Amino acid sequence: MPPRSAASLPSVSRPLVVRDISKTFTPGFRAPWSRKQPRRVRAVDDVSLEVQRGSIYGLIGANGSGKSTLIRILSSLVLADAGEVRVFGFDVERDSMQVRQLINRVSADPSFFRQMSALENLLFYGRVYGLDGAEVRARSNAILDRLGLDGGHRRAMVKELSRGQQQKIAVARAFLTSPVLMLLDEPTTGLDPRSKREVQTFVREVQRDHDATILLTTHDMDEAEALCDRIAFLVGGRIVAEGTSAELRAAVARDRPVADVDLEDVFMALTGKTVEEDEEEVILNG
Amino acid sequence: MAELQFPTPARRFTLGRQTSLGWAFVERQTNLWKRHWAWEVVWLVYGVVNTLAITFIAKQLAAEGIVKGHQAEELILFLLIGTLVWAYLSAILDDISLVITWERWEGTIEHTLMAPVPRVAHLLGTAVFGVLHALVRTALILVIALPFFAVDLSHANWATAALILAVGSASLIGLGILAGVLPLLYPERGEQLSFMVQSVVLLVSGVYYSVQTLPAGLRAVSYLSPATYLLRSLRHALIDGATVSDVAVDLVIMAAFAVVMIPLSIAVFSAAERWAKRTGRLKRHG
Repeated sequence: MPPRSAASLPSVSRPLVVRDISKTFTPGFRAPWSRKQPRRVRAVDDVSLEVQRGSIYGLIGANGSGKSTLIRILSSLVLADAGEVRVFGFDVERDSMQVRQLINRVSADPSFFRQMSALENLLFYGRVYGLDGAEVRARSNAILDRLGLDGGHRRAMVKELSRGQQQKIAVARAFLTSPVLMLLDEPTTGLDPRSKREVQTFVREVQRDHDATILLTTHDMDEAEALCDRIAFLVGGRIVAEGTSAELRAAVARDRPVADVDLEDVFMALTGKTVEEDEEEVILNG
Repeated sequence: MAELQFPTPARRFTLGRQTSLGWAFVERQTNLWKRHWAWEVVWLVYGVVNTLAITFIAKQLAAEGIVKGHQAEELILFLLIGTLVWAYLSAILDDISLVITWERWEGTIEHTLMAPVPRVAHLLGTAVFGVLHALVRTALILVIALPFFAVDLSHANWATAALILAVGSASLIGLGILAGVLPLLYPERGEQLSFMVQSVVLLVSGVYYSVQTLPAGLRAVSYLSPATYLLRSLRHALIDGATVSDVAVDLVIMAAFAVVMIPLSIAVFSAAERWAKRTGRLKRHG
């Protein structure tokens, strides 16, 4: 990625500030004459957090805990019922156009036009962020080199690529635009160990070399431990604990040495269940 | 930590920037079109067969002496122009509305909508491709179908016809964008609703018969379809050699449709987008 030029963004220490965000969904179609009470799902419940500039902030939670909804709210793809999100001081709803120039996102599901090649997809996504064709090609190749995706795969149709290769292209799509705030929604889910390591190394490099601020959601405790400067646990749409890995581990260590406590133990101590059990509960309760 | 340098994000874009952003959608659709060339062949064959099948009806009426001489020639031209214009306008409506369905299907809609592209540039870019694509397809159908009929186009006023086509295309864009709102709102039923809109346009616009044939109620609806004026004026220019001043009223009506419908349809699309974000309907479908 090239260095950023004009110095004019407001100098803020916390590029992302989330205040009292809540979101409830009413899934499915309901006829206006239906007397049945609509089923409501409170996906995000009064969440507040602040992310320091140049840091990686981890959100740990099971599937269905509200991580993706929160990321969608920060990406202006879902409008919150209550609360406020500010990115470099810009309100994500009112100043959506400005916010969209500052952020990008990797979702757990790498969505592309599968009949087009990786480079054709990246060309489109680069162009809609104002980059010209040559710039997109140069940046795409640089990022994909670092992620270990060779030239043949870059020119192949996306539908012919493995899930891991598609996820690498999704990572390239997001970093192509040099966002100052990156939202990574389970970027390594479904990747083989080597691809996972390549993506994690790349994320760490970008954060270190380009002063990017990153919000990462995951249910992989080791990934959170390895990458994140601060971590929050999201359970049932609420943040139940927040701090550095050391602070969180120390808080539940009691008589044990902190070094013997891992983030899975923290999750267990906070919720009385493992991430997998929390996931099962979400599935059972719909 | 080094001072973060990034240009202040713009709230509004210049016309040049918007044109460039809109062109990105033309490029993307062109790439997709190239990848789906087999479908293009299918639609071309369908268009040619439809044109021939309908126009042969006029030939049979002439062969049986039901219509004679000059009238028979006019009937062939009437149906030929009707089928070609129908191929043209259905291609425009399809291209604009189906791309939304397609994006929902591929799951790319979230990435497209979170890109910093004004909705005007996004939708007009898609529409420009639709018009160019429809022009190419219809020209090919014309070239293939024309040798089957001995039609006299010596009276045709091609300059007027070109102007009618340009203004008429602009008048159809709003309708196409409105049809695209449906798949945005109703992921599972939107496509079907788009086809229903097209079928109503086919019924009331005088594609295969004069709108004077319609019952009074439907005739009133025909005045609300821009295709009515496009077909009427184009037939007038190609069969009778009408000049611009002869079709001025239809041109003004079509221009008025464009001036009113394009901003209105973009506003409706934006409102629908906001509602989809409020209700969480942008997630992958398919």
